Amino acid sequence: MEQIIFLIPLLPFIGFLINGMLGKKLPKTIVGIIATTMVFVPFVLSLILFNNLSHDKTVFFQHLFTWIKFGGTEINFSFQVDALSAMMMLIITGIGTLIHIYSIGYMHDDEGFYKFFAYLNLFIFSMLLLVMGSNFIVLFFGWEGVGLCSYLLIGFWYKNVEYGKAARKAFIMNRIGDLGLLLGVFLIWNQFGSLEYQKVFELAATTGGSTTLTIATLCLFIGAMGKSAQIPLYTWLPDAMAGPTPVSALIHAATMVTAGIYMIVRCNVLFDACPDTQHFIAIIGIATSLFAAIIGLRQNDIKKVLAYSTVSQLGLLFLSLGVGAYTSAMFHLMTHAFFKALLFLAAGSVLHGLHHEQDIRKMGGLKKLMPITYWTFLIGTLAICGFPLFSGFFSKDEILADVFKESPILWALALISATMTCFYMLRLFLLTFHGTYRGTEEQKHHIHESPALITIPLIILAILSVVGGVFNLPPFMGESISHGLKHMLIPILGEHTEKTLPYALQAILAGSTALALIIAYLYSKNKYIAKAEVPVIDQQQTGALKLIANKFYVDEIYDRVFVKPIEWCGEIFHKTVETKWIDGIVNGTGTLINKGSNIFRWLQNGNIEYYLLGMTVGMVLIFLFKLLF
Amino acid sequence: MGIILLLLPLLFSLFLFGIKGKTAKTIALLGSLITLGFNLFLLSIWKQDGAYDFYENYTWINDLGINFCIGVDGLTMVMLLLTNILTPIIILSSFNNTEKPYQHTFYALILLMQFGLNGVFMSLDGILFYMFWEITLIPIWFICAIWGGENRIKVTLKFFIYTFFGSLFMLLGLIYLYLHTPDHSFNYNSLYAAQLDGSGMLFVYSSFFLAFAIKMPIFPFHTWQPDTYTTSPTQGTMLLSGIMLKMGIYGVMRWMMPMAPEAWAQIGNWFVIVSIIGIIYASLIAIRQNNIKRLFAYSSIAHVGMIGAGLFTLQADAWQGATIQMLAHGINIVGLFYVADIIEKRLKTNDLTAMGGIAKVAPKLAVLFMIIMLGSVAVPLTNGFPGEFLLLKGIFSFHPIAGAIAGTSIILCAVYMLRVYQLSMFGETNENTKNFTDVSILEFTVLSILAVMVLIIGFYPNLIFDISATSVSNILMHSITQ
Repeated sequence: MEQIIFLIPLLPFIGFLINGMLGKKLPKTIVGIIATTMVFVPFVLSLILFNNLSHDKTVFFQHLFTWIKFGGTEINFSFQVDALSAMMMLIITGIGTLIHIYSIGYMHDDEGFYKFFAYLNLFIFSMLLLVMGSNFIVLFFGWEGVGLCSYLLIGFWYKNVEYGKAARKAFIMNRIGDLGLLLGVFLIWNQFGSLEYQKVFELAATTGGSTTLTIATLCLFIGAMGKSAQIPLYTWLPDAMAGPTPVSALIHAATMVTAGIYMIVRCNVLFDACPDTQHFIAIIGIATSLFAAIIGLRQNDIKKVLAYSTVSQLGLLFLSLGVGAYTSAMFHLMTHAFFKALLFLAAGSVLHGLHHEQDIRKMGGLKKLMPITYWTFLIGTLAICGFPLFSGFFSKDEILADVFKESPILWALALISATMTCFYMLRLFLLTFHGTYRGTEEQKHHIHESPALITIPLIILAILSVVGGVFNLPPFMGESISHGLKHMLIPILGEHTEKTLPYALQAILAGSTALALIIAYLYSKNKYIAKAEVPVIDQQQTGALKLIANKFYVDEIYDRVFVKPIEWCGEIFHKTVETKWIDGIVNGTGTLINKGSNIFRWLQNGNIEYYLLGMTVGMVLIFLFKLLF
Repeated sequence: MGIILLLLPLLFSLFLFGIKGKTAKTIALLGSLITLGFNLFLLSIWKQDGAYDFYENYTWINDLGINFCIGVDGLTMVMLLLTNILTPIIILSSFNNTEKPYQHTFYALILLMQFGLNGVFMSLDGILFYMFWEITLIPIWFICAIWGGENRIKVTLKFFIYTFFGSLFMLLGLIYLYLHTPDHSFNYNSLYAAQLDGSGMLFVYSSFFLAFAIKMPIFPFHTWQPDTYTTSPTQGTMLLSGIMLKMGIYGVMRWMMPMAPEAWAQIGNWFVIVSIIGIIYASLIAIRQNNIKRLFAYSSIAHVGMIGAGLFTLQADAWQGATIQMLAHGINIVGLFYVADIIEKRLKTNDLTAMGGIAKVAPKLAVLFMIIMLGSVAVPLTNGFPGEFLLLKGIFSFHPIAGAIAGTSIILCAVYMLRVYQLSMFGETNENTKNFTDVSILEFTVLSILAVMVLIIGFYPNLIFDISATSVSNILMHSITQ
């Protein structure tokens, strides 16, 4: 079984090479089929591997080659597939396949069609490396690789300068995180003498926590902040919406941004040993979740709302990790991948129908015009809002319940965040699909439902968004079918005896989220459905509302505090330190020698009398010197 | 056997001085390729045991203990490969410059450089090393001074005097060492066995440092470099940045650190600090440059500063990383300057703000530039990563704060490199760039060779460590006091 592992990342890489080098000459259909096959086959292979995991065989290894070897140091290029990586692999290749199919329809008229698929395949390759690596180095390969693909795909429409800037911002912010991760890896390497997960975690389990380990885990978390868009490194994600919508769905919602979650779950042994780090993660998580949700309330770009929603949901995931609820985090990661990919793709379908109009104030009444998109988007909205029995209901409730066990205050804050989710999602949904269309008749005439290549992936994801909860049902749904995911992840997370809440309390907690959804619905219904026009408050730009609409001016603050001073330093170094000081000294030395040599040249004038005079004076001086001392 | 590696380029060079006409460049390419072929042959029969192979020792000036002594260990082998792989590429890259006068001299000088460089890396005698060290300066000075751009005389004079000034200190250091050798010999092993007291070591250490620091160059001895790189003809810049500056790094590893190990304890920390300041300093300046060549010049100072910092920490990881990084930096910087040259030839300007949208009209160039740029940014699975990773690891193990500060350079490098790429390649085309022609077959070949090397070394760096690791460990062992 182990022998097939390398094929899983290799195939998308081959797809990247084929489409990258020959794609320009191939017909679009072929390009699309090659790229999709190179993701679908790995999906099947992952499924096979996943099915072969059992109690006796919890992990498969494959050693490919020695990457670096000198002295006592040896770093291997090797893979490991256990339940955690298999789960990620299935999400990546599964949703990846759907998004590839979708993209064939969505990107059909783009001149860079082949390039797009080459990049997508490269992304899948990198993401698979990230989750399949058996050590921190292979993880890091994938980690930076996905950042690079994200850069390439955000700036895919490179002629637009703003998009290019967004791409750069994403790469640089990710690099800040990457440095954190790298330093964390160094600390772990020095502490445990190895980078292989198995060795490190075995040792860590015996040695327990220490200050070094706390710093190391904090560094790792900085890496996660960058990749998974947490405060303070989140501002690249909303800008990343410049990329084509399938990219937003695949990279900036379902897979890449969850890399930080994966990494922390992978290193759960380390993080469990460092409660201080865990508290920090929980605080950052809830703060990000609330902050992004507030901003999301006031955005008018359909993709931006979803982007802030992603940041907010990722915050919840980190909160969950911070309280040690790894299973719940992975569960919500999976359901979130389903419904957020769905929402983005459905939004893409809207954009496709509306010729890339992204402002929801100019939409409305699309329900009749785009029925499949409407229904799938509705399902996605209900799932993210936690409508009972939809996937998000189970996964979000599990996080909330786990948080409640640790701290009721954090629970209350998380509930507020979840409530805001309902508000901005309903606002988005109702403004887009209900009411009447707010564009011109001419525009309305052109609106059409998207082709099957686009709608079929939507339908599949919609089904998953509804039933995704079955993977980890709560115990009160029946002991025998419950907690599938939890049992699956035991080899990675270990057996924990958790506090269990009484059913009554669980029901109250679940009820509270349902209640939030009802309140949000009642509020939004009056405000958005009943009226044809966009409510006045959504147009206002004063005071706190303006502050929120402008995203609290965080970008501007970063510019003033970091970017400008750095540029100023560069300027000063160049204009003053370099030219005037350092080179001044160098050139000054040159001039001095030049001047000095003039004196000597005056002495060496070739006139023999001068030399004789000099000799005589010298002799007299030596004589006097001897005489006097 | 190793001596053939010196004779081949020398003979071809002398031959080229004699002939005139268009065949010069073909003969030069042939000569450099034969040398490369011979180098690869040596690699194939070379005993990889960390000791010197192809050892040759001829008496030269017996009274002074000066011998013509050469040999090849793992570190030298990597340096020879760097030199002999890049030289044909550099020659090939000049094939389009038909307008250059005195072509045969130009190529003769390049091959003379190759001769000198191979000599520097193979010498196992102090004076021989010094002699080759100075020999390399002469052809490169002529190349820059004859075929350079504006202000070339002034700029190259500064370069010449500055580096020559540094070399004299090295000579002083060598003589001082020689005077303290038990058998009065300039042989590497004798010099290594020299009995020095603390201040003597400090003197040798500092004088070598001055010579090598100017050559590399590391902050604050770098001010000759940006002007020289910008003014020199592209091939001159490639020789300087791709190969010649590695003489300084090589010198630190082979000649400076092992000769006076105890001095490190006294001032080694300061060299690390200065090098790290240099990394940040050069990176910040690079961010503000609009001249593409000057920007690459400062990026080179930053990258070399990282190598310097790593070496001065005396950490095993850093030394291994430095070795592969020398090779990687050589490949990348040659590629980057070639891209700058391609753009400059077409647009007649180096100004980034006048560029834009080139990716649209020249997609092949955009892809190849991207790969080489990523190598320079040290993205994993490109050649820049293993070296930078190990260097940072070494510096971090030496001192976590130093590692963290040096580490910010990977962020800054992304900032300025992506800026170059964006300003030149992305955006809409303008008046200048709308008629930009994509790379020719020749340019495509040169850049492709470099790009393939970027990826191969990045994917499988052990290819290089297999050659160098043992030798580098040995040298490092000598550099650490017990």
